[in-house]
Amino acid sequence: MTFTYDNVYVKDTATIAGPYEKKGPLKKYFDKTFDDLYFDENSWEKAEIKTVKESLKLLHKKVGLKRKEVDIILGGDLLNQITATTYGSYNFSKCFLGLYTACATSTEAMILGSCLIDSKKVKNAIVTVSSHNMAAEKQFRNPTEYGAPKPKSATFTSTGSASMLLTKEKTDIKVESSTIGQIIDLGQNDPNDMGKVMAPAAIDTIKRHLKDLNRTADYYDLIVTGDLGLYGKEIVKDYMLEEYNIDLSKNYNDCGIMLYDLKEQEECLAGGSGPVCSALVSFGYIYHQMKKKKLKKVLIVATGALFSPTMTYQKENIYSIANAISLEVV
Amino acid sequence: MVIIMKNEKYELIAQDHKAPNPRLKNAIIAFVVGGIIGLLGEGIIELLCYFTHMSRNNAGTIMIVVMIFIASLSTALGFFDKLVTKFKCGLLIPITGFAHSMTSAALDYKREGPIYGIGANIFKLAGSVILYGIIAAWFFGMIRFLLGGRV
Repeated sequence: MTFTYDNVYVKDTATIAGPYEKKGPLKKYFDKTFDDLYFDENSWEKAEIKTVKESLKLLHKKVGLKRKEVDIILGGDLLNQITATTYGSYNFSKCFLGLYTACATSTEAMILGSCLIDSKKVKNAIVTVSSHNMAAEKQFRNPTEYGAPKPKSATFTSTGSASMLLTKEKTDIKVESSTIGQIIDLGQNDPNDMGKVMAPAAIDTIKRHLKDLNRTADYYDLIVTGDLGLYGKEIVKDYMLEEYNIDLSKNYNDCGIMLYDLKEQEECLAGGSGPVCSALVSFGYIYHQMKKKKLKKVLIVATGALFSPTMTYQKENIYSIANAISLEVV
Repeated sequence: MVIIMKNEKYELIAQDHKAPNPRLKNAIIAFVVGGIIGLLGEGIIELLCYFTHMSRNNAGTIMIVVMIFIASLSTALGFFDKLVTKFKCGLLIPITGFAHSMTSAALDYKREGPIYGIGANIFKLAGSVILYGIIAAWFFGMIRFLLGGRV
């Protein structure tokens, strides 16, 4: 399902990143970074809540809006009951919608926010997402201090929070169109190879986005997927070329790979993941590049593995989804 | 509009982009590191026997306690997980891995309190080892009893 928008703009963004992201190549595009994963709190969950608060506080300050002048916050994270977003967003807006499509939440929230603004239901909307390496590890995998060995195909949950203010006021960067993804099940069931799980969703959404708008891939200066990692990215490139004859070799990259220096940061394995992975890259790096007009048309395809440890133990497949949003410099 | 992707074709392309999995290298590292842990344990037993003149059986028990203490302390000090990531099963299979699994769970859940946190989660990983360890011990004990007749 593809929509186009006429009067939705990006006002500003705020990004908070953790220590691993700070060591990566995109460090200078983050507004604030922390050296310790606890962020001066005493638990991983509270640390993640703090990143959400910090990013919202910073965004309010940057755009000069009071708390009650923000119509709605849309957002989500990986924790059960999307705790980080709900606790972190408390008292930052008039109303709130909590969302979940795992790592595709950032674009899901942007799509919904854009729809609300485009239909003149609200004046502005904040999109906020977060994730925390240790909080995610504790919830989805093993205790954090266990350090269970993982294969090279596994991805590394990014830490931080990123927020973006969408508004109907005209600015330099416009939300041009979006494609909502469908849930994909291609028989994948390896939680240590999420790139392979999510690549089909990215392929499907990119393909449908281009077809619906009658575009070719080179319409965009840059197409990014969310967190497919080193191996998922190559699968997308090959499949698109072989099956649909769409050449992504020139203008395609993956946020999970861009966020870290994977040669130096071996602990990041195949690349970053988590809702904030695509958001840190797109709200940080891509937003800045668009402001400087170095990138003019960008398609962000955040990919999410709808992974539940319970269902995996019950021998069910891991489903995936990808939502795409296109930003253009006006 | 649903485009149904071709599963076989996808698997074929995904085959070309598989992450390397150096099993042999991992096995060798685990073998050597596990061996060193064993050597360390044997060393402790020999030292105890030599200096305190206790029986080998008792020395064995004390060696296990010492190994558990060392592993748990290094988990708590925060570097055992980094060693595990490097040396993998060489550290996880011996008693050090068992201690580490309990200490790491306890550390992770201490914020949820002594009952719902530590108490309810400390056996999160170790529970399976204990349960199937006891069941296996019972079976092997039975086999030994039936074959040899001596308890």
